[in-house]
Amino acid sequence: MKGLYVSPSPHRAADNSTAKVMMMVIIALIPAAMAGCVFFGARAALIMSVCIVSCVVFEALCRIIMKKEQTVSDLSAIVTGLLLGMNLPATVPVYVAVIGSFVAIVIVKQLFGGIGQNFANPAITARIVLMLSFTSYMSNNWAVPYWYSDLVDAKTGATPLAAEWLTYTENGVNYKMAPFTLGEMFFGETGGCIGETCAAALIAGGLFLIIIRVISPATPIAFIGSFALLTFLYTGSGTETLYGVLAGGLLIGAFFMATDYATTPITTKGKIIFGIGCGVITFVIRSFGSYPEGVSFSILIMNLLTPYIDKLTRTVPFGAKKAERSGK
Amino acid sequence: MNKLNGIKLRHDKGTKDCETTEFPLPKSVVVPMSQHMGAPCECIVNKGDTVTVGQKIGDTDAFMSAPIHSPVSGTVTDITDFLLANGATCKAVVIESDGEQRVCPDVAPPEINDTQSLIAAVRESGLTGLGGAGFPTHIKLNYDPVKTPVDTLIINAAECEPYITSDYREMLESPTDVIEGILMVQKYLGIPLCKFCIEDNKPEAIKLMKEKTEEIRSIDIVTLKSSYPQGAEKVIVYSATGRIVEEGELPVHQGVIVMNVSTVASIYRYARTGMPLVSRRITIAGDAVTKNAGNYFVPIGTRVSELLEYCGATEAKKVLYGGPMMGICLYDTEQPIIKNNNAVLAFKEGKMPETTACIRCGKCVRTCPFNLMPVAIESAYKAKDVEELKRLKVTLCMNCGCCSYACPAHRPLAEINQLAKMLIPRK
Ligand code: SF4
Ligand code: SF4
Repeated sequence: MKGLYVSPSPHRAADNSTAKVMMMVIIALIPAAMAGCVFFGARAALIMSVCIVSCVVFEALCRIIMKKEQTVSDLSAIVTGLLLGMNLPATVPVYVAVIGSFVAIVIVKQLFGGIGQNFANPAITARIVLMLSFTSYMSNNWAVPYWYSDLVDAKTGATPLAAEWLTYTENGVNYKMAPFTLGEMFFGETGGCIGETCAAALIAGGLFLIIIRVISPATPIAFIGSFALLTFLYTGSGTETLYGVLAGGLLIGAFFMATDYATTPITTKGKIIFGIGCGVITFVIRSFGSYPEGVSFSILIMNLLTPYIDKLTRTVPFGAKKAERSGK
Repeated sequence: MNKLNGIKLRHDKGTKDCETTEFPLPKSVVVPMSQHMGAPCECIVNKGDTVTVGQKIGDTDAFMSAPIHSPVSGTVTDITDFLLANGATCKAVVIESDGEQRVCPDVAPPEINDTQSLIAAVRESGLTGLGGAGFPTHIKLNYDPVKTPVDTLIINAAECEPYITSDYREMLESPTDVIEGILMVQKYLGIPLCKFCIEDNKPEAIKLMKEKTEEIRSIDIVTLKSSYPQGAEKVIVYSATGRIVEEGELPVHQGVIVMNVSTVASIYRYARTGMPLVSRRITIAGDAVTKNAGNYFVPIGTRVSELLEYCGATEAKKVLYGGPMMGICLYDTEQPIIKNNNAVLAFKEGKMPETTACIRCGKCVRTCPFNLMPVAIESAYKAKDVEELKRLKVTLCMNCGCCSYACPAHRPLAEINQLAKMLIPRK
């Protein structure tokens, strides 16, 4: 008998692939994306579609120009596009969305070698670049859930973080009142980026990914936990803490961006350090910085530290001689 | 229970209820002089010689070795250079069977009454580990009880590879050989405790062994969770006793010896009959097998092509010695069955899924039983960074294949680890 296949062991492979992993992430993002469409209308769908299509086109073109194998079918460009779209306000001009996609796919991802090779999260970096270059589109002019847009009240045109808290005095006691109720925040009826407002949908998507073991719970727990703890210690208020957790992209960041494989540490120890780093930086920027929004910056900063965290948090091999254990 | 990482596999043990039968006697056999870890044997017969079943045809003075016996009676027609499936070459004796299976007059039950006579008998039986690497059994038993005292004998009946049921059938069909073998080893080596480890996907075997050892205090039946690679030596030592066999050590340094269940039964069979290891139980299975899948006593030296023909698997695209996780691919089915083969598997599909770029998901790290970092080893290997490979302890890799199996990008991580090991100069 001739013509047998000869290959090294193992001769079995799990029924999994990069495309399947990406598909799961897309499925997990859909509820929050749909919530965005409900609250921000057709324009939200348009912006997300523009991001997805342009990310896919840029990815395909890059691979053709660089004469590398085509990778569009691994669906990662769709994930990047969807995440980027969800991280933009529905009001941005279409060309800004296209520029964002260019930054994400061409500059951040493909110039560094494509999937798995980039050191910074493409969608986060694109969001930051857009925030710095198109500040007015990206922050002053926040989208408002459309049924509020003809009402004139404190909610108009501001994200929960940028909006002024109402302060008033009653019977000699100072009260602070949030511009949105926690219920509104939980279901996403607030100003903000398309995909970041609906906490309920984001949590559901995140839990789904944790349950099917696509992401590890370590990062979101460390991220949200450390942020909440610091905020609580600083403000002393449970409501304000909860408010901070639900507001301003913390959940989409913790579940979907800080868990990106390529740009975050590999081991659980590393993921915990990464998550705590993100939580602390977000807290510092939000409480003391001039930007109302710290999540993107915190993740980007921690992305840059990831290679070092990875070096410091290697696993200890089973049975390795103690004197020469790896790590240093 | 002590638990290392691992993976869940589909068991595919469709042959578990197939009682072992004699495989039809082949017309001729090819018996390689290297069927074990260590030095190959010298051929001690010549072309034209008549041989009988159980007659010694290969032996050596080298310490790390085990003699080889004729599985058939007949005539030596050739002594050739032979390329083994693992890439090594050695001499092989081709014997044409006369169909009579006349037994060698030397075959008689050995006298065993102390440690040395047990070890000598085990050596004469030609026994090697029947479960995997083919480590000569007499060497495993011949440890120094002063330097490395052993308090526990671990019987490996995990059989964690999919498809294979030969150890399982051994337990169901010859429970007495198994238990008497254990008792013999315990008695003559002075090992007080035996931990007999069976995976929980074999409840019938667990039940039977528990019944048979009810009166025997020194044998403890341990039910292990079924998880791959539960039967790997260091893994089973840890699962059964919590002891960690460190880098560069053998289990005996931790006071245990690990024996495969079929190996230990063979010791007793030899003590009972004096017939050396000339045939063994083999599982034939796989999706290319169209008939007669099952367990067979196959004479050593039987060509795999005969097994495939008998089982209607001539259309197979991939044929393995051993299980799908660690088995070796045959490039040529004229290869014979040797002592440490426990299965021949034939598959219709030979291609593995396409490899794509690493996405750094960390699955390979999370599944590695030894907490190695295959993703980092691959980068270090590509960079030919020997120091980094040493830090990553690639030499600990046992090639179990969990990492490659789990990788969503289907990177050949286990293979890369083996290549990376070769970059590290041996001390
Ligand atoms: S499992 Fe594969 S894709 Fe994931 S980190 Fe390991 S090598 Fe990379
Ligand atoms: S093949 Fe090596 S690196 Fe891969 S899982 Fe097994 S022991 Fe770990």
